[in-house]
Amino acid sequence: MAATERLTPATARAIDPVWTLRLAIIAALLVAWELLARSGLLFQDVVPSLVKIVAALGLLMVNPAFWSNLGVTVSEVALAMAIGGVAGLATGILVGGSRFLSRAYEAPLYYLAPTPKIIFFPVMIMWFGIGPASKIAMGAVSCFFPIALSTAAGMRQIAPVLIDVGRSFRASTMQMVMKIYIPAMIAPVASGLRLGLGVAIIGTLLAETKLSNKGLGFLIIQSYQHFDMPEMYAILIVVFTLAALINAIFARPHNSPKPNSP
Amino acid sequence: MALVKRLRAVLPAMTGLATIVGAFAVLEGLLRAGLINRYIVPLPSEVLFSFERVVMEEHISQRFAQTLGEAFAAGLLAAIAGFLVGVLLYRNRLLERAVGVWVAAFAAAPLVLAYPLFLVIFGRSSLTIVMLGFLSGIAPVIMKTLEGLHAVRPVLLDVGRSFKLRQGQIFWKVLFPAAVPTIFVGIRLGLIFALINVVGLEFLINFGGLGQLINELAERYDMPGTYAAITFVILISVVIFAGLERVEQWLRPSA
Repeated sequence: MAATERLTPATARAIDPVWTLRLAIIAALLVAWELLARSGLLFQDVVPSLVKIVAALGLLMVNPAFWSNLGVTVSEVALAMAIGGVAGLATGILVGGSRFLSRAYEAPLYYLAPTPKIIFFPVMIMWFGIGPASKIAMGAVSCFFPIALSTAAGMRQIAPVLIDVGRSFRASTMQMVMKIYIPAMIAPVASGLRLGLGVAIIGTLLAETKLSNKGLGFLIIQSYQHFDMPEMYAILIVVFTLAALINAIFARPHNSPKPNSP
Repeated sequence: MALVKRLRAVLPAMTGLATIVGAFAVLEGLLRAGLINRYIVPLPSEVLFSFERVVMEEHISQRFAQTLGEAFAAGLLAAIAGFLVGVLLYRNRLLERAVGVWVAAFAAAPLVLAYPLFLVIFGRSSLTIVMLGFLSGIAPVIMKTLEGLHAVRPVLLDVGRSFKLRQGQIFWKVLFPAAVPTIFVGIRLGLIFALINVVGLEFLINFGGLGQLINELAERYDMPGTYAAITFVILISVVIFAGLERVEQWLRPSA
């Protein structure tokens, strides 16, 4: 409600219609869910009561196995981002910095970017085994493309006048990088990293659902195999909340959505 | 001079192609020299020759039709539903302010991770694949429909009003035509999202078209076949993306 007060300081008591509508929609959805769960129209297991889902969520939070699997996935995604991110940044800087390289290699990068990456998983298993390494590889391959493309686009959009100003001040290469290139590149690189992190999470978790014995993706598929629907909803809620949080942290205004390739 | 100019124009593209071909040639050499294990990476030439086998023996046209059909069904549903929701939100500004952020969040959500849930609800069938493809594709259509409608120049609406057009006429004769290029950007993105998710899901749940083919060949340990199938799927995706882009350029009025 703090937001409401900040928005309308004069009428602090007035109700913000936008928030009222939002809360009403959420309440209606929750009530509809619970009614559907209790009506018996659908299999109860498919739409379990909210009480059961909240209970499963509580159990999940106190389950040490959940935390260790979360740790596995987080470290896999972090390594994937480190590998794919460095490779993507280097490729982006190289390709975006030269007109020739850009015309030679950007088209293949651009068209490969939205292809479904998960189909490379059998190859990754062959190369890196069935352990965490193949999941890290999946995440790295997934995040490489958006990071490389955003960085290349960022290199190109640096206004030539900025570079001219730097040169006319006889800035050294180091100074050019620190004072001109990096500040001008922050926005596109950050947006590339945000998109990359999103697809790295998807790539890693999907690989875990396909073949693994650790990680959040493994937990999801395990609850499916045990047909423990409240638990599956609980894990999915956690995964989606984490993804939304990460996205919000890196959020910046963006107009065109980019493909989330599995 | 003209020749030099033309050579300059195609040189970068040729370099790109030469790099790819060269990389495969080096790989072939390394494999033949025994520096890379052939059981892990098949010879590129072997992959090339297994194309024909994969196409002839694995019912590729049938699989292709199924994947394309599922992607098209999902994309069509996303286009229709996304357009309707977009128009609804455009007409109702309060609703747009309330749920606009949710649509953006939905666009960024890793929906495909919920596929086991869809398996429970819809079974291991095309319906699961189409539904997940549809949900992955709807958000960009909604967002671009809203963007397109909001970007219509007010003067066009004034012209419509000065001709005393009714609400419906203003929508179909002024707003919609002006917003079509932007809406199509959304539909293109929606179709791409749908296609990616359809192929990925076919692979994951081992059901249906081209995605399943990769899974099957990998499970049979047919490595050249697996590589050939992956290359085939990538080529098809690239052709479809490029085709959709062409349609978009054709729709966009050249100012």
